Amino acid sequence: MSSDSIAWPAAQPLSRPLTDRVHEWVTTVDHKRLGIMYIVYALCLLVIGGIEATIMRIQLIRPHNDFVSPQVFNRMFTMHGTTMIFFVAMPLVFGFANYLIPLMIGARDMAFPRLNAFSFWLMAFGGLLLYFSLLGANGLYGAGNAPDVGWWAYAPLTALPFSPGHSTDYWTLSLLVSGFGSMGTAINIIATVICMRCPGMTLAKMPLFAWLNLVMGVLVLEVISPLTAAQLMLLIDRYLGGHFFDTQAGGSAVIWMHFFWVFGHPEVYVLVIPAFACVSEIVPVFSRKAIFGYPIMVAATVCIGFISMSVWAHHMFTVGMSPQGNGFFVLSTMAIAVPTGIKIFNWLATMWGGKIEFKTPMLFCIAFLFQFLIAGLTGVIQASAPVDWQLAYSYFVVAHFHYVIVGGILFALFGAFHYWYPKITGRMLSETLGQLHFWLFFIGFHLTFDFMHIPGLLGMPRRIYTYEPGRGWEIWNLLVTIGVFFQAAGVLVFVGNLVWSYFGGKYAGRDPWDAWTLEWSTSSPPPAYNFAAIPTVRSRRPLWDLKHPDDPDWKYE
Amino acid sequence: MSERSRIVGSALGNLRILCLLLLIICPVSAAFAHPAEPLSPTNIFAPASTPADSIFGLSLFVLAVTAAVFVTVFTLLVYAVVKYRRKAGDDGHEPPQVYGSNQVELAWTVIPVLIVGALFLATARVIADIQAAAPPPNSIEVVAVGHQYWWEFRYPGLKVVTANELHVPASDPAHPTPTFIKLLSADTDHSFWVPRLAGKTDLIPNHPNSMWIDPHETGLYLGQCAQYCGTQHAKMLLRVYVQTREEFDRWIQAQQQPAHVSPPQQAKTGLAGDPADTVAQGRRVFEKTACINCHAVAGSANADGRFGPDLTHLMSRDTIAAGAAPNTPENLRLWIKDPSAIKPGSLMPAMGLNDQDLNALTAYLETLR
Repeated sequence: MSSDSIAWPAAQPLSRPLTDRVHEWVTTVDHKRLGIMYIVYALCLLVIGGIEATIMRIQLIRPHNDFVSPQVFNRMFTMHGTTMIFFVAMPLVFGFANYLIPLMIGARDMAFPRLNAFSFWLMAFGGLLLYFSLLGANGLYGAGNAPDVGWWAYAPLTALPFSPGHSTDYWTLSLLVSGFGSMGTAINIIATVICMRCPGMTLAKMPLFAWLNLVMGVLVLEVISPLTAAQLMLLIDRYLGGHFFDTQAGGSAVIWMHFFWVFGHPEVYVLVIPAFACVSEIVPVFSRKAIFGYPIMVAATVCIGFISMSVWAHHMFTVGMSPQGNGFFVLSTMAIAVPTGIKIFNWLATMWGGKIEFKTPMLFCIAFLFQFLIAGLTGVIQASAPVDWQLAYSYFVVAHFHYVIVGGILFALFGAFHYWYPKITGRMLSETLGQLHFWLFFIGFHLTFDFMHIPGLLGMPRRIYTYEPGRGWEIWNLLVTIGVFFQAAGVLVFVGNLVWSYFGGKYAGRDPWDAWTLEWSTSSPPPAYNFAAIPTVRSRRPLWDLKHPDDPDWKYE
Repeated sequence: MSERSRIVGSALGNLRILCLLLLIICPVSAAFAHPAEPLSPTNIFAPASTPADSIFGLSLFVLAVTAAVFVTVFTLLVYAVVKYRRKAGDDGHEPPQVYGSNQVELAWTVIPVLIVGALFLATARVIADIQAAAPPPNSIEVVAVGHQYWWEFRYPGLKVVTANELHVPASDPAHPTPTFIKLLSADTDHSFWVPRLAGKTDLIPNHPNSMWIDPHETGLYLGQCAQYCGTQHAKMLLRVYVQTREEFDRWIQAQQQPAHVSPPQQAKTGLAGDPADTVAQGRRVFEKTACINCHAVAGSANADGRFGPDLTHLMSRDTIAAGAAPNTPENLRLWIKDPSAIKPGSLMPAMGLNDQDLNALTAYLETLR
């Protein structure tokens, strides 16, 4: 397993010309470099998407504010949603999966390295296409014209009469292009996990991280396809005289909703399951205990994957489905709380009886548990269709899904950053800055998204660029906006920490957390070929076995 | 073994907290919802109509159950974090490794399944109550048509067409006169949401929907379009006037009349010359320019446009521009002169009238009572 003799960074001359180094990155098919590129790309867009959110929140700080025009506001929420889902969350989870899966399963690369590079560049150019709309949407005649149809782009607002110009086309094409990239990555992840595991690593012995990302890959394949089909249908409607969604010619606006949400809801699980994957690696290490109920965790994840395919129309309780239709989607949506609850209980049981260390990664994971619990419960509230008739399209929903995506997914990923940064760069992130980042972001998150539930309960719809005074919404919107600045400060500290620690952080060594999975057995950063000799494992925690030869895991599994 | 029993024991201990919480949450929700003094005119916890009321009851139940689950799990989490943190004088040994327990897993699978079952049954009942209600013989029938960015209301049996301000009679629970609203859209998706009266239902082109309300008390109920419908989605506001049966019948009767041009009150226009002349000139402007492409005035020779609100009884409304501004002569004049000053992105164009025509047109519209 040793690879000290041929450590990768030392073998590279440090002063090669910049063009050479750029060329290396652009042409790379190495899963680690692609993973890093995914992550850096996502971080850049995270900042852009965050600026868009800040603009919206400044506009909503008081009623009848005129910080931006309604047109600009509508573009901001469209771009914010599209950016954060497709070009921040997706590349982040793909980045971590790409970097870590081969290392965790003892492989030298992904199954299809060239497909991997191709997928990354498709996603990267998809994002550029979306932002090119700022220049190109009116041809070169007019000012910027980003799409303004909302990230779910309901028909018939996307039809030519309501969305002239090309902004909607850029939105469509960008999702089409990045969608093919996502499918490539999904195929790659599935093939890698199925075929590339090292000797001894049966399916029942691979890290939960690999298992959960396998489920994510399957979900991506299943749900990006209908989204891509819908985008093609929309293009046909707009340019080839089709009538799929053209209600004036007998088309159906509701069909678009089905296509979109059959993608859109499993997409939440596409994002949250990799977050679960990170938590499932970090919580055991910082509790110093094996994961509780490994087979049940796997079963619950697969179960979530299956059920998530049958819950989409809970986004459509208000479109006038039959009572039976509503009832079905109530039941399936509530049912998904059961396996999700099982996962939360298992993480809790993993901490139970352990010796918990509150390093930054663990802080983020504990906050994740707390926030994801609330997010899940507000989800159950909205799963009750009649309650959702009140809450749908309101700020309560906005608060709920940000609780999932920020409070759940982003917190888990921040934890992952702090946990795996030493492996990726060879240096530790600053613990002081990490804690500062955590507390700033934690306070900001709760100021913003706790109080955001309340205007929803008081009847405030989402996607309005301004609101009437006297409805009891003012104070809550003010608090929500104040929270945004704490979050922004937290992210700045985080970015500062990433940069500063890259040059000035403590050297990490190969296993700074005294962890148990294979990635910690190779040097930090790992050599291009990952492992000098392909490892052989006997249990789910090969490094535990090495460190405790008297009491190895394989005796019990 | 001890691991397992500790977990189970603690879960049982939390039953007490759960009961305590149920006791706390109900009065808190009730206080939040006190209907006499709602926190907000659009508070979903201040129901004033049967559908909103059933939803309110259901939401209290769902809130109580989820809050109990939250307190239970949150207590366990805090307990674990405090109790099992690494102590200062730790010996450096790894804690005992526990790999799982099927009994415990079974317990925290079955209990959530039971909770989900209870929530589902309560929900299914309210769905059936609200969605299966059939209109009684003396119900009011309204057709609501969503437009970018205003509401058209038609009373098909009563031959009344109005805009943005829906009038319905209060419904006495002993002799219910609910209003059944058929929801259509002329362009993009919209959603009809008056939180104190009912949950929202979407208006989708080529996909008729329906909903009903039976407000128990007279008054003004506010709401707005809840589904993003384009640039001015934010100012597509909704006002529902609940009146006594007599007031409502009088209102219907007045709305059924064609426009009657009465002499304007002197104070309103402040123009030189005979006010009647000004009104006549305003009427000529109205009927000779593009106004009539979109607006209708019953009783007028050629004003029968349907893209914009019916103006036959414009002055009977409290607001213009779908609730965006109070219906005052100044606002009306500004709206005709430059709609984007009130509602940027509105589909009504600025007509480019000179001041004299503008004043005359305003004076004419002021007579449409």
